[in-house]
Amino acid sequence: MSSTEHTELPAYEAPDRNAHGRLDDTGDVYEMLDDAHEALAHAGNAYEALNDGDDPRWAYGTGFADPLAGVDTRVPDGVDGADLAAYCLMLGDDALIMSHRLQEWCTRAPELEEEVALANIALDLLGQARLLLARAGTADGSGRDEDALAFRRDAGEFRNVLLAEVPNGDFAEAMARLLVFATWRLALLERLTGSRDPVLAAVAVKGVKEVAYHRDYAAGWVVRLGDGTSYSRERAVAGLAAVWPLVTELFTPHEVELRLASAGAGADPSALREGFDDVLGQVLTAATLTRPTDTTFTQSSDTTLTRPTDTTFTLPRDTAPGRPAGRSGTHTAALTDLLAEMQSVARAHPDATW
Amino acid sequence: MADLEERFDRTIERDQRVEPRDWMPDGYRATMIRQIAQHAHSEIIGMQPEGEWITRAPSLRRKAILLAKVQDEAGHGLYLYSAAETLGADRAELTGMLIEGRQKYSSIFNYPTLGYADVGVIGWLVDGAAICNQVPLCRSSYGPYARAMIRICKEESFHQRQGYELLMTMMRGTEAQRAMVQDAVDRWWWPSLMMFGPPDDASPNTARSMAWKIKRHTNDELRQRFVDMSVPQAEALGVTLPDADLRWNAERGHHDFGPIDWSELQRVISGNGPCNARRVAVRRAAHEDGAWVREAATAHAAKAAGRVAGTDAGMGGGG
Repeated sequence: MSSTEHTELPAYEAPDRNAHGRLDDTGDVYEMLDDAHEALAHAGNAYEALNDGDDPRWAYGTGFADPLAGVDTRVPDGVDGADLAAYCLMLGDDALIMSHRLQEWCTRAPELEEEVALANIALDLLGQARLLLARAGTADGSGRDEDALAFRRDAGEFRNVLLAEVPNGDFAEAMARLLVFATWRLALLERLTGSRDPVLAAVAVKGVKEVAYHRDYAAGWVVRLGDGTSYSRERAVAGLAAVWPLVTELFTPHEVELRLASAGAGADPSALREGFDDVLGQVLTAATLTRPTDTTFTQSSDTTLTRPTDTTFTLPRDTAPGRPAGRSGTHTAALTDLLAEMQSVARAHPDATW
Repeated sequence: MADLEERFDRTIERDQRVEPRDWMPDGYRATMIRQIAQHAHSEIIGMQPEGEWITRAPSLRRKAILLAKVQDEAGHGLYLYSAAETLGADRAELTGMLIEGRQKYSSIFNYPTLGYADVGVIGWLVDGAAICNQVPLCRSSYGPYARAMIRICKEESFHQRQGYELLMTMMRGTEAQRAMVQDAVDRWWWPSLMMFGPPDDASPNTARSMAWKIKRHTNDELRQRFVDMSVPQAEALGVTLPDADLRWNAERGHHDFGPIDWSELQRVISGNGPCNARRVAVRRAAHEDGAWVREAATAHAAKAAGRVAGTDAGMGGGG
């Protein structure tokens, strides 16, 4: 008999109302949400464990606070505000667009562990993008916030490298792209930890830890795929080949980058190549893969790449020789498509608050 | 055998936990595997309706919240498959059963998400209903499941707050936003009530599950609790719940509510909901497209192990 008894649910208690019969504010409602559940767990102490301590469950950047609250956002002496804003847009757009491509893997990853890891990486990059876009809006004095910059610019105003925007190929190509992206970005952020702009330096310090993990994660998969089965090796070779034409651009400086570097606030990307090659060399050796040859598509007339997924995309042809395409606002059609999706809800409801 | 069974019964009776190495009746083991696997499948399939909106989230903060939430669901799926593995099940086999339609997941995920308000309503109502179901399972007699449920409930109640906060914000926005919220509530309310399962008089396994303490309250009790909770929340939000019969019954101390269309639940469970085919197809595609990646990881691990073994034996590099 005792094995079939069960505790009665406690009587329902209506939440307190004010004189108008309304709940006072949102805070009351949250308490009501929790109380309602707590009542269900009246026996045993399971639910006490649910409410211990303060709340670390807000994923980074999901709270309400201004991301730059308490940080001195004045532009340092000797640094041009417009240049600093343009530079922050470059690095912010890299993170935002790369994060979007990783978000597209959601529910499509080869294993649940990869679902968790790819979402985690996308979330880190989104967090970096938000800080950098917010910084861009304060540095140029425009006061545009992260959402104005993310959702109200057209493709020609984006400053990300093409590597971040090209469509996802298969998992091998995704890992080759992530390895290249993270190795390059880690080298960049390491230099920026000493930036004269305190905001950029703070973003870099936080980002270095994150991107080091992204690089190691991607490297692990490039090695597994390169030195896995004959089929995975084939995919790894093809993925690397698809990504490699986009490598040169990463190390081709834009004049804004050079000016920021000489002002002590930015980094000259051409100085990052050696370190990048060292890391890639180690990973590719472990993966038993050969480094593809550099192609400088910015000066080439043949700009169509065939991708492992049999989709092709055309790199912009009108880029001046030696000038970085994405940093100058020249993009592939893929970015236009990406933005059409990313900005669809925000632009459909221009007066809405979210 | 009789001894073992007696000890098991005593464990249940004293409200102690059954642990993986303990003897348990075959029926208990099979029921637990099914319960945990269905829960795991629900977490994984449940990533899809909201996951479709990550790339379209209307602000970067909302994007971060949603991405983190969908990631949590993948994490929940992982814990739960692990809990099922403590009973001798295998994650790959369970996934196979899911994509072959031999095991179920919560029928709520067979409804489509038509706008961003749906993300908020899923957080408020669907996660709210899930929590009602799951908080009592923190006291499940099966230890690994009960412990997994504590962490899952923590995160779920957090998701519910975030969903509700989105709806609050939208209700303070434009007329169009308020209309979107009401429309989403209209579409999700009845399916949320169906999440508690068939009525008690049509739930043949309830008595045994209650005896085993792997179910702590009946479907109808939990459904009533959910309705009672949701009414003031809807009022605070400023939305109408789509049920003309919904009213407080002072005599019962509960809200009365209208009849549920059980034929709809039956139809959706048996595979004919709006999105059943798509949900399973997406999961199947991810699983099948990822097969070569998983094989590569296994092959690489074997090669690496071979090299270590070769080195240990003083034979040099190996393969």
